Amino acid sequence: MSNITPRDRTLPMLGAVLLAVIVLGPLLPKWALFLLTIAIAKGMVSLGLMLQLRAGLVSFGQALYYCIGGYTAGSLGRFFDISDMLLQMICGASAAAFVALILGFLLARYRGIFYGLLSMALSMILYGLLAKSESLGSTDGINILPSTIFGIRPVQEWVRYVVLVTGCSVAALAAALVQRYLKTPLGQLSPAIKDNEIRVEYMGASARKAIHVKYVIAAALSGIGGALAATAVGHIDPDMAYWTTSGEFIFITILAGTRSVAAPFLGAILFETIRTVAFDISPNTWQMTLGISLLLVIVFLPEGLWSLFSRRKAA
Amino acid sequence: MHSLKKLSTAVAAALALAPVTVLAQDAAPVKIGVVAFLSGAAASPFGVPARNAAELVIELMNAGKAPAPYNTKGFGGSKIETVIIDESGGTTTQVTEFRNLVQRHNVDMVIGYISSGSCVGIAPVAEELKKLTNFFDCGTPRIFEDASYKYVFRTSPHSTMDNVGAAMYLKDVKPNMKAIAGINQNYAWGQDSWGDFEASMKHLFPKIAVKTSQMPKLFAGQYNAEISTVMGAKADVVHSSFWDGDLEALVLQAAPRGLFKKSTGVLTAGETIMAKLAKQIPDGTILGARGPFGPYAPDNAYSRWLKKEFQERYQVLPTYPSYQMAQAIMGVKLAWEKAQAANGGKRPSNEQVAAALEHSTFEGPGGTVKMALGKGHQAIMETAYGMSKVVGGKVTVTKVKRYPAEVVNPPEGVKAADWIAGGFKH
Repeated sequence: MSNITPRDRTLPMLGAVLLAVIVLGPLLPKWALFLLTIAIAKGMVSLGLMLQLRAGLVSFGQALYYCIGGYTAGSLGRFFDISDMLLQMICGASAAAFVALILGFLLARYRGIFYGLLSMALSMILYGLLAKSESLGSTDGINILPSTIFGIRPVQEWVRYVVLVTGCSVAALAAALVQRYLKTPLGQLSPAIKDNEIRVEYMGASARKAIHVKYVIAAALSGIGGALAATAVGHIDPDMAYWTTSGEFIFITILAGTRSVAAPFLGAILFETIRTVAFDISPNTWQMTLGISLLLVIVFLPEGLWSLFSRRKAA
Repeated sequence: MHSLKKLSTAVAAALALAPVTVLAQDAAPVKIGVVAFLSGAAASPFGVPARNAAELVIELMNAGKAPAPYNTKGFGGSKIETVIIDESGGTTTQVTEFRNLVQRHNVDMVIGYISSGSCVGIAPVAEELKKLTNFFDCGTPRIFEDASYKYVFRTSPHSTMDNVGAAMYLKDVKPNMKAIAGINQNYAWGQDSWGDFEASMKHLFPKIAVKTSQMPKLFAGQYNAEISTVMGAKADVVHSSFWDGDLEALVLQAAPRGLFKKSTGVLTAGETIMAKLAKQIPDGTILGARGPFGPYAPDNAYSRWLKKEFQERYQVLPTYPSYQMAQAIMGVKLAWEKAQAANGGKRPSNEQVAAALEHSTFEGPGGTVKMALGKGHQAIMETAYGMSKVVGGKVTVTKVKRYPAEVVNPPEGVKAADWIAGGFKH
């Protein structure tokens, strides 16, 4: 019954990285703290995409839940005066999971391009609704309250560090839970669904149920990511649900690969780093720099960045 | 012998240049982060003309070649350096890059932002990082209505006067009109523009009939269905805040059906297509330029200077984003130098520059800029409207009317929407 093989060092590694962030955080430059926070937020969404990708499903609309998370966090501040980061993330995750639970009944029936396009369509519906809602600032969006934690507003000097550490802790916990989930029978169905769904059904398992569960977990993770990004940036707008935002998450997931729950975070950090460097060195063609780096990864590391770490083990 | 002569010339030249280099290094440069769209749909009409204006104006200022009182070198003798950043990628990216500008590049100030979404998102961050930030173009009046800032400024007027001005112009030129229709993009700019215009018209023409308001989505490109509806509405004027590509598409698709011949077009951002579509814009179309810019710029030393230098370098006339960028830099330069003088000639802090810019008044290529709203952080300017007339294959404006800044802008402390709803009370 030992599902977790002795060679799996994911959990200790997550702990070590979290500890490193806590210890080394104060030494990092201020801009890097913010960049890392955004990378963690995007990594959360990407982790959700990875879950789906393991089952052979690509959602072109994961930004839907990122946006729901962000707007939940924003609404808590605007209508209930709640600015606590943890509460925002919990509520963001719950709201996203609830919507996914309902939409999942529909989406879990579809595969391949239909799954991708239907998820994108749903996300664009939310974009359209938000773009029409002038009380929520339409496409200009609204600002959200400054982040607090346990009712305390960290002093200016430390607020970026506190947001990063809070985000990292939640992300590490989420990654550990996803890791546990992947070891459960339901979680282990993913590659089987990808390879041959009919066999899965013959085995007596329900592929639809498995996909529905994944879809809800992915939504909850994206909701957390959206809430974290909202509180860090201090502003939300309908672009969070736009299809290009979803595209960004797919970019990160492909860059990272699906071999580890830590991969999406690494991918997101690399993505943000490449982008900010590209912004600096070629303000007119930064998109091209990003595109070329993705092409290079696809050509030379078809299994994503993480294959750099796991290649030796596999061989 | 020959090489010896060469060597001595080189030494002499080096000696001659040496003191200059030392002098130039004396004052640390002023580093400005410049942010504008360099990619995407807003790049060619707004971002690139603004970036070009920034590069041109800063280069001329560094050479001391701007008209007085902007003729000191750089900012108070310190050379200006720029870090140019693309505004694309969404607010999250923009906030990240703003932080990078301030905390990694250590810029002394940031001048930029075209999208109102960027401005709304950046303003609190600028305040958090205590970095002087001047928005040069974005339109929404919300920035200084919803919050007050110490480090954030906007040296361009907000978008309220564009539509209030259009309505007042209609009152002057078409006092007997009865019905209006609108076609605006379905995003914040389009919604706000139509909202302001409709409310202003209802106040100025109490019996006006609002036939239809079409809101196609941004960058839709195809407007035949909307054109049919608007034509069926038979309104006297059709209001549109479309810009650049979308406006071009609208005018091109409307031309064969004669929409803007049957109903007068009121194109509040019409200046963005004036140079491109001379043949398709029917004479008598009402064109706006978001203030006294481009064809409506007053004839002063600064506008003549900007037009001449811009035309020489880029072979086109500057459009309103270029004017706005130029005046954004000019206003900050004056404030910097005023603060430097008050600081005994030493380099001023961000707080000192902000204090000098607050409530200041200065002259630019669009005329007088008064930092009158938002506790001295938001500019007001006069506005102007006119009608198009093709002369020699080029669109010019006739019947130009100018409206003073205080007439087309709300007074301090009153929200733009409330001011319009309340009937422009001062």
